[in-house]
Amino acid sequence: MNALHSLAIAVKADEPNPVLNISIFLAFVAITLVIVIRSGRNNKSAADYYTGGRSFTGPQNGFAIAGDYLSAASFLGIVGAIAISGYDGFMYSIGFLVAWLVALLLVAELMRNTGKFTMADVLSFRLKQGPVRVAAATTTLAVCFFYLLAQMAGAGGLVSLLLGINDQLGQSIVVIIVGALMIVYVLVGGMKGTTWVQIIKAGLLISGGLAMSIWVLALNGFNLSTLLDSAVAVSTSVPADAILAPGLKYGTNPLDFISLALALVLGTAGLPHVLMRFYTVPTAKEARRSVVWAIWLIGAFYIFTLVLGFGAAYLVGADKVLASPGGVNSAAPLLAFALGGPLLLGFISAIAFATILAVVAGITITAATSFAHDIYGSVIKKGKGNPDDEVKVARRTVIVIGVLAIAGGIGVQGQNIAFLVALAFAVAASANLPTILYSLFWRGFTTRGAVWSMYGGLASAVLLIIFSPVFSGTETSMFGADVNFAIFPLSNPGIISIPLGFFLGWLGSVTSTVKESPKLAAEMSVRSLTGHGAEKAVEH
Amino acid sequence: MSESVKHAPPKSTIDYEAFEKTPRFLELKRTRNKFVVPLAIFFLVWYFAYVLAAAYLPEFMATPVFGRINLGLLLGLAQFVTTFAITMTYVTFANRKIDPRTEELRLELERMEQL
Repeated sequence: MNALHSLAIAVKADEPNPVLNISIFLAFVAITLVIVIRSGRNNKSAADYYTGGRSFTGPQNGFAIAGDYLSAASFLGIVGAIAISGYDGFMYSIGFLVAWLVALLLVAELMRNTGKFTMADVLSFRLKQGPVRVAAATTTLAVCFFYLLAQMAGAGGLVSLLLGINDQLGQSIVVIIVGALMIVYVLVGGMKGTTWVQIIKAGLLISGGLAMSIWVLALNGFNLSTLLDSAVAVSTSVPADAILAPGLKYGTNPLDFISLALALVLGTAGLPHVLMRFYTVPTAKEARRSVVWAIWLIGAFYIFTLVLGFGAAYLVGADKVLASPGGVNSAAPLLAFALGGPLLLGFISAIAFATILAVVAGITITAATSFAHDIYGSVIKKGKGNPDDEVKVARRTVIVIGVLAIAGGIGVQGQNIAFLVALAFAVAASANLPTILYSLFWRGFTTRGAVWSMYGGLASAVLLIIFSPVFSGTETSMFGADVNFAIFPLSNPGIISIPLGFFLGWLGSVTSTVKESPKLAAEMSVRSLTGHGAEKAVEH
Repeated sequence: MSESVKHAPPKSTIDYEAFEKTPRFLELKRTRNKFVVPLAIFFLVWYFAYVLAAAYLPEFMATPVFGRINLGLLLGLAQFVTTFAITMTYVTFANRKIDPRTEELRLELERMEQL
């Protein structure tokens, strides 16, 4: 065991090879660009551009969902969290996975049957179009914005580690390149191109994770207990085996963890870029199959992260991970380097970049669709506009979002913004999920309830974060310890904002004086369950 | 306004309010809810029981079972197992009990539309 360990240390004496990293990444970009350009040729109608013609199969879409979902935050973040905090990092994986049951049992098929392009299609089905669509587009754009910013910031941080670029200018250039590539993917390829990028990336990520997990387990005689033993042997926590039980990260504030767990498990089924993926398949049955494939793929991957996280703790060491330029996020790349040297590091780095690129593209097309379809098409043009104009607006929105993402990504460099992903989940769970569930399952739900719930959930989640230790009052806060306006003690707002979102939806509905159409409610109920009149796949 | 942005089909001739009260539709709804709702409640309760144990009973979770494998790890992996199991149970149920019924009702609705 010790011999192996020192061997791993010795390998690390080699320097990472930026040229190799860049070449592998460029190869990925070249292959995906060809695919994106080819799939872009068939983008004729709005349904083509927004949903890839609804022509993906369940398994394909399952891979794409996994590609969308296993963002840099899941892959790099969770491996890093396990490497440093042990068991507490593993609890993220569990929440992220179990959350899919909400989507499978309650949301996916009914959404597919009633909607066309966006979440707002379903929410405004039987309520007043204008206010509900604007509210749904607002929460969609907010979630997308938080998620996007987190990914772009991750890109900057990764670069310093992988390419050896440490100065501000170099990192900014990389953020610009990632943003520009993403714009090209989404403009040219639309949803079809974006989906193929996700599928390829998910395939690479999952096979890379599998290969590394087998490698790590092989070093430990394919015995999980031995691996944990190895990790404990080099652990610097007190006591050393504290990494195997909960408490290292959240021990001082269990309520904060419960709040996070709520947001994770209820947020997934409200993430707009996940919901939009249900429209890329021809039927509700395929939507169900997609989620089933996604659950298997995502579940398998999270089991790998357990092995990889403890593997990084043992082969790299928590202290070395923390001290490296990418911090927590560098655990997986450093583990790759310890195992397979510069070549494996190059491969894993390229996957990490591809992950950021693909996730950013998926979020961008979701946000652009929501703006073009919900705000421009349905509210400004009141549904009377030309669908071609709507797609034109969507394409312009893609450029605007791309530029904003680049500016944001450069702006947040060096900031501790790991909270943004958790915030995106909290907003999705507080502002989107209550309205989704109420519209699908509660006849008494009204326009006022929807609007109150969405704005209330969004505002409370954001305000609570601003007045939390994330922004001020501690060493790790955005404004440091000197400024203190943290009147809310938790870093995760979900425990307040999610029940509030549900409560406001109920309160708005029972106090509403306007009666909603029972006819539309009946139509929605029949269509959501039978799939009658659901949008069909586009024939080419 | 809401009329102009309604979804396809634009003007349906079907009386959905009447259809919603037909025994076969009610049966579909009941069958689905009777299966899905308890399952959803079960996994949420089981997940939050695990979360609460992890948050407030770390010593209990640290109880060794064999080797370095402790109770917390086994319960965590059990969450994976139940997630996979619920997924497969639901799929089997939906394929057997839901799909044939929805198919039948959909065909009937399409026939009504052509009248």
